[in-house]
Amino acid sequence: MRYQPLNLGRWVLWSATALVLLAAPQIFSASFVLTLMTQMGTMIIFALSYNMLLGQGGMLSFGHAVYSGLGAYLSVHALNLVGHGAFPLPLPLLPLVGGLAGLAFGILFGYVTTRRAGTTFALISLGVGEMVFACSLMLPGFFGGEAGISTNRVVGQPFLGISFGPAIQVYYLVAFWCFVCMAAMFALTQTPLGRMANAVRDNPERAEFVGYNTQHVRFLQLALSAFFAGVSGALSCINFEIVSAENVSAIRSGGVLVATFIGGVPFFFGPIVGAVVYIFFVVALSGFTKAWLLYLGLFFLLMVLYAPGGIASIILMQIPVIRARRFGELLLPYALAAAAALVALAGLIGMVEMVYRLSEQGANTVLTVFGLSFDARATPPWIAFAAVLVAGLAALRHAARFVSARWDAIQQSLQSRAA
Amino acid sequence: MEFVLVQTLNGISYGLLLFMLSSGLTLVFSLMGVLNFAHASFYMLGAYFAYQVSVKIGFWPALVIAPLLVAAIGMLVERWGLRTVHKYGHVAELLFTFGLAYLIEEAVHLIWGRLAVEYRVPPELDGPLFHIMGSQYPIYRGFMMLVSVTMLVSIWLALTRTRIGLVIQAALTHPQTVEALGHNVPRVFMLVFGGGAALAGLAGVIGGNAFVTEPGMAAAVGPIIFVIVVVGGMGSLAGAFIASLLIGCVQTFAVSLDWAIGGISIAQAAPVLPYLLMVLLLIFRPKGLMGTREG
Repeated sequence: MRYQPLNLGRWVLWSATALVLLAAPQIFSASFVLTLMTQMGTMIIFALSYNMLLGQGGMLSFGHAVYSGLGAYLSVHALNLVGHGAFPLPLPLLPLVGGLAGLAFGILFGYVTTRRAGTTFALISLGVGEMVFACSLMLPGFFGGEAGISTNRVVGQPFLGISFGPAIQVYYLVAFWCFVCMAAMFALTQTPLGRMANAVRDNPERAEFVGYNTQHVRFLQLALSAFFAGVSGALSCINFEIVSAENVSAIRSGGVLVATFIGGVPFFFGPIVGAVVYIFFVVALSGFTKAWLLYLGLFFLLMVLYAPGGIASIILMQIPVIRARRFGELLLPYALAAAAALVALAGLIGMVEMVYRLSEQGANTVLTVFGLSFDARATPPWIAFAAVLVAGLAALRHAARFVSARWDAIQQSLQSRAA
Repeated sequence: MEFVLVQTLNGISYGLLLFMLSSGLTLVFSLMGVLNFAHASFYMLGAYFAYQVSVKIGFWPALVIAPLLVAAIGMLVERWGLRTVHKYGHVAELLFTFGLAYLIEEAVHLIWGRLAVEYRVPPELDGPLFHIMGSQYPIYRGFMMLVSVTMLVSIWLALTRTRIGLVIQAALTHPQTVEALGHNVPRVFMLVFGGGAALAGLAGVIGGNAFVTEPGMAAAVGPIIFVIVVVGGMGSLAGAFIASLLIGCVQTFAVSLDWAIGGISIAQAAPVLPYLLMVLLLIFRPKGLMGTREG
């Protein structure tokens, strides 16, 4: 046996994660927050499974919703069978059905898609995704056509008083599976397969020279990732009690890509952060404005342009500075940059909302913000918001220079101390 | 018989439109290694700009103005977006254009609304061109073919017979050498990207009123042109040409046939056919029809 020091930090981190999952509904008990957290848990599994491809295997997929969606479809059919008494299966094990369905389709489609890597893989995954989506409209018997297939998650006799009717019980079911999947996916990154996936991502040629079949590694990685995607699909089926063609659509596939990237592809915990932020955008922001997709798209583009490591990389970059007790020096430039960004954002939001009011027929063109009301058809508010936007951008540019000057100075002094 | 003839003509005109889209995509891909995910969004922008211009001035000016506007947007995107993410590699570039496609679709929602706009075929092109054995062939289909063929022949001439075309061809294979000879390769990239966008925009101008101009049109045609690029072989113009005509004809024929296999009619299965073709081709010939690269 090999001696391994106990990785204390890792145990603390995982226990803390479990505690957060357990305690969250006790702290935020509003039903709105509870559904939000249930969706977040599902999305976390989905985003992590996606990152098994993009982050760990270097495979940019535009069709990952195929696996979660088909997993959801098979679970909904299984659940309906359980409801009719034709298939004895306790509800907590339904995610296994979804996972196995995802795995089966991952093996089937992965055989085709993983023959190529890089850009071609991206296109083929898109094609397979579109194919499944087109099939969903062609085969209404299995996919339920436009309306989708609905179900009822309360099946059989309650066990120890747990019927999975109330939202809180569904939350704990999702939280349990979320934790198990997180741990399993993390463990997978430590296996030889996980390491080889990294090697194939970084340098496929060398991996082949060492004697590995890159196509085979990609295939295994995709099949396993499809399993977890299927689990998340089954959980969303339990949560919403309906599965429709939207579950396999390009919108879902794009959504998980955006969520994972925003969180941070290079880090294991990045997609967790990304899933939380993404669900917040989708559920919370879409209640406020119909232009939420535009804001999400802009946010995504800014991340691609300026922070390709996602939110996780921004957080991790601060750690050495905090360790050196120099974070205080950065507070002022950060605050200034945030203020400038808020001003620019206010200008942008004003203009976007006005455009929206003008384009939608019959919409009320009078907007009220902070007690001020104005008409989008008049010119002055346009000039005002444009001025705010330009001023905010100019200020942001100065603030960014200030931040980078301070940042460089700190990095330099840290490096000279290390050397 | 006349059914086959009319459908073949329809298929070719649709295929040529697809080739206008896929040729720009292929050129940009082989030159810069960037797969422009927003290419179909440029097609949509072309249609919407043409609608806006044709409402204000008329269809004929729109035929020129809309592609130029799209080209300008394309060049701005290349200069201020793609060039910035270029240092992070091809995946970042692909992600950037993916985000851009999101953004353009939402912007179209915001500006023109969620419903289809009334972008019509101009009256002078409305009507039958000729009659074959009782069925008529619309003028506009003929006009579409004329525009696509003219455009493609002039592109081909420009690429092979002019100085800038030769520089572009040289930059495809030997960018460093071309740069060493004193040509501004980044500017060549910008021009080619703008040119690809203009081609997509022109396809939007003539396709937008032949089909329908709505915010979903980019998402509908986008996957098809990516399939064409894969089927034809990544980066091969000739392959893209064959694949465009093939898929154009397959889709046109499939929609109008009412045979049924196992309870599913061919017309119902039509949307799946291009993807099925791609999957089958990849199993038997992974590099595509005319592709050279296996990787």
